[in-house]
Amino acid sequence: MDSETDMVRQIRALDSDMQTLVYENYNKFISATDTIRKMKNDFRKMEDEMDRLATNMAVITDFSARISATLQDRHERITKLAGVHALLRKLQFLFELPSRLTKCVELGAYGQAVRYQGRAQAVLQQYQHLPSFRAIQDDCQVITARLAQQLRQRFREGGSGAPEQAECVELLLALGEPAEELCEEFLAHARGRLEEELRSLEAELGPSPPAPDVLEFTDHGGSGFVGGLCQVAAAYQELFAAQGPAGAERLAAFARELGSRYFALTATISYILTLTDEQFLVQDQFPVTPVSTLCAEARETARRLLTHYVKVQGLVISQMLRKSVETRDWLSTLEPRNVRAVMKRVVEDTTAIDVQVGLLYEEGVRKAQSSDSSKRTFSVYSSSRQQGRYAPSYTPSAPMDTNLLSNIQKLFSERIDVFSPVEFNKVSVLTGIIKISLKTLLECVRLRTFGRFGLQQVQVDCHFLQLYLWRFVADEELVHLLLDEVVASAALRCPDPVPMEPSVVEVICERG
Amino acid sequence: MEDDAPVIYGLEFQIHIIDFDDENNIINKNVLLHQAGEIWHISASPADRGVLATCYNRTSDSKVLTCAAVWRMPKELESGTHESPDDSSSAAQTLELLCHLDNTAHSNMACVVWEPMGDGKKIISLADNHILLWDLQESSSQAVLASSASLEGKGQLKFTSGRWSPHHNCTQVATANDTTLRGWDTRSMSQIYCIENAHGQLVRDLDFNPNKQYYLASCGDDCKVKFWDTRNVTEPVKTLEEHSHWVWNVRYNHSHDQLVLTGSSDSRVILSNMVSISSEPFGHLVDDDDISDQEDHRSEEKSKEPLQDNVIATYEEHEDSVYAVDWSSADPWLFASLSYDGRLVINRVPRALKYHILL
Repeated sequence: MDSETDMVRQIRALDSDMQTLVYENYNKFISATDTIRKMKNDFRKMEDEMDRLATNMAVITDFSARISATLQDRHERITKLAGVHALLRKLQFLFELPSRLTKCVELGAYGQAVRYQGRAQAVLQQYQHLPSFRAIQDDCQVITARLAQQLRQRFREGGSGAPEQAECVELLLALGEPAEELCEEFLAHARGRLEEELRSLEAELGPSPPAPDVLEFTDHGGSGFVGGLCQVAAAYQELFAAQGPAGAERLAAFARELGSRYFALTATISYILTLTDEQFLVQDQFPVTPVSTLCAEARETARRLLTHYVKVQGLVISQMLRKSVETRDWLSTLEPRNVRAVMKRVVEDTTAIDVQVGLLYEEGVRKAQSSDSSKRTFSVYSSSRQQGRYAPSYTPSAPMDTNLLSNIQKLFSERIDVFSPVEFNKVSVLTGIIKISLKTLLECVRLRTFGRFGLQQVQVDCHFLQLYLWRFVADEELVHLLLDEVVASAALRCPDPVPMEPSVVEVICERG
Repeated sequence: MEDDAPVIYGLEFQIHIIDFDDENNIINKNVLLHQAGEIWHISASPADRGVLATCYNRTSDSKVLTCAAVWRMPKELESGTHESPDDSSSAAQTLELLCHLDNTAHSNMACVVWEPMGDGKKIISLADNHILLWDLQESSSQAVLASSASLEGKGQLKFTSGRWSPHHNCTQVATANDTTLRGWDTRSMSQIYCIENAHGQLVRDLDFNPNKQYYLASCGDDCKVKFWDTRNVTEPVKTLEEHSHWVWNVRYNHSHDQLVLTGSSDSRVILSNMVSISSEPFGHLVDDDDISDQEDHRSEEKSKEPLQDNVIATYEEHEDSVYAVDWSSADPWLFASLSYDGRLVINRVPRALKYHILL
């Protein structure tokens, strides 16, 4: 019975479903038929309108033909008159040309003069045989010669800045002066100016004490010499581009010669090279190989200089850390109350280097910082502490286990490359320096034996370094790892390892 | 023995003797206790396989003293028996103390070197700024100070390492203190040569070329390895700068001196081929035996140009600083390296190079 009622219910449900479906579709069919009927009507109307359009168009064409026929004559006459008018205007220009040129020369509007000259030149050439034109041409030539002379004068004076010189040269070229001479003179002038710059740089470097501040010197050199050289090169390119390969070669030779002299002067300064890199890169589209090899050489030298700088700075800090570890008596040291002065000096020096390098280089890319990075405690240490393995008496098994932990950790973390290639940005430079210094600290710590308080002092010092050094490096995990390793190594070197409470460590560091 | 090459290294208060069977590539380990103190330097006697000398730290009333002593290994271990690795029931055995290199007069011993190819009777120890030559008498149970030399100068001079030259009838010793290398004559205990500022920073280790009398190599904290001719000490003959941190060890191969091994705290071991300054700069020349042929074998001459120096291989199996590397005395193509985390890696010279050198 139940199943029967069930089935009945189901059948009824299915029935109603079917009905709703049909109703819905029915509506759709109805609406479709309606739409089609409407479309038929609309199309019929459109056809009518199209027919009307066609007849109108025929009428219009008719009219238009009639109008153009009537106006044909007038049209021709007007064109002819317009043409004559233009010609007359040109003739007037030509007749007035000499006087106009003279006025321009007097006023010093050389550019305009040259432009007029250019425009007139072709026509005058063509109609030379006509005496009147001839006269005009002669006059113009005289004036042009005078103009050229004046331009040369201005060019030679050289007192004017580069853009003006460039303008002169441009104009002279437009006047059809021989390009090679101009090339030579232009380069000669540029050379004169740049040599002056070089001489002043040399003088600065010379015996006069005190040696100038590196940054000032580089700024001076950079803006003065390099800027000048780049301007010259750019202008030259623009002006003499048409001269083809000969001109290009000359420019390359010129640039190379002066460039090498300049590099010789500023051999110890990497900033210049990077700047030149940037500047010369701008001109890289110029298809001359000497420029690109110069680029490559400059880049290579810059890289080596930078590497050397990082090594030297790293060495300075390393020596400080080394002395601090080697000369202290770690066995009988007292309970630490402060962070050691040498650590504060290390942080100060690193900050100073950061500022200095920041002036020359851009920031570089850093991995995203965690907000609580400064609160992080030493992982190997804390995990082993939690396991309560540090019995007061020294047992061989305890350090083995922490050793095992740290070894396993090391297997899974990336091996730190103490000296990976340094990129041209501030963060990379500082990372290199900090890596070298911390590695030195690690090696020195491994060579000494620590008493309990000695170990705690190392713990405090490392925490302090961690608080301040993480923001200088690309990947703050690096600093954590190295400092962890320092403390772990110190713990291994301690016969009585009892670490200080992390809260106490933090208090001491904050006080420092 | 031809089959195996026991390696010894000191780990805290233990000495581990590792037997390497190179035919089957099996490693066995035996542990010896060295209770006197923490070992900082170890060297084996060239004459008696079971005798070795150590420099160790002893802590007494919060002062650390480094002393030196000569020990003997238990008999079963020195013959290098192949115990099965499951036999861990054998407890760690103790070294038998033969004699102390008594240093009450001087403070800290930095290193101990045996006279190579000698009868195991002469030993030199470096303590602070003194070189001490000892005579071991009565089967090494007593050490008598034969002679000594001191380094005079301002500041605290301290020897860091030393090496006994196998040439000149074993009468020369070279030492390193800070950045200076010095050569001494053991008969008169006087300085023969002195290389100032050999390295920019501390010199860590040095080694003599086994085939060329006047050549030695040194390595230091300036990440460089330099090769010197002691007849002309103004400039190194060659400088290698392959490492990126302090180089702790440099070792010549005992027979083929063009193979040089260096270990550094940048966790790398580098095997270099220093052909141009080796005893065979032109490669293997035709032997006299081969010329006895009537045929024109002589026309096939090897090229007469000196071969190029190069880095043969860089071994990066260590995860931490490598503090010691050395060649096997049994098999000239085998070497081992040891790093801070206790990892000992045994490697071979690449076969291609080995055949190239031999043939």
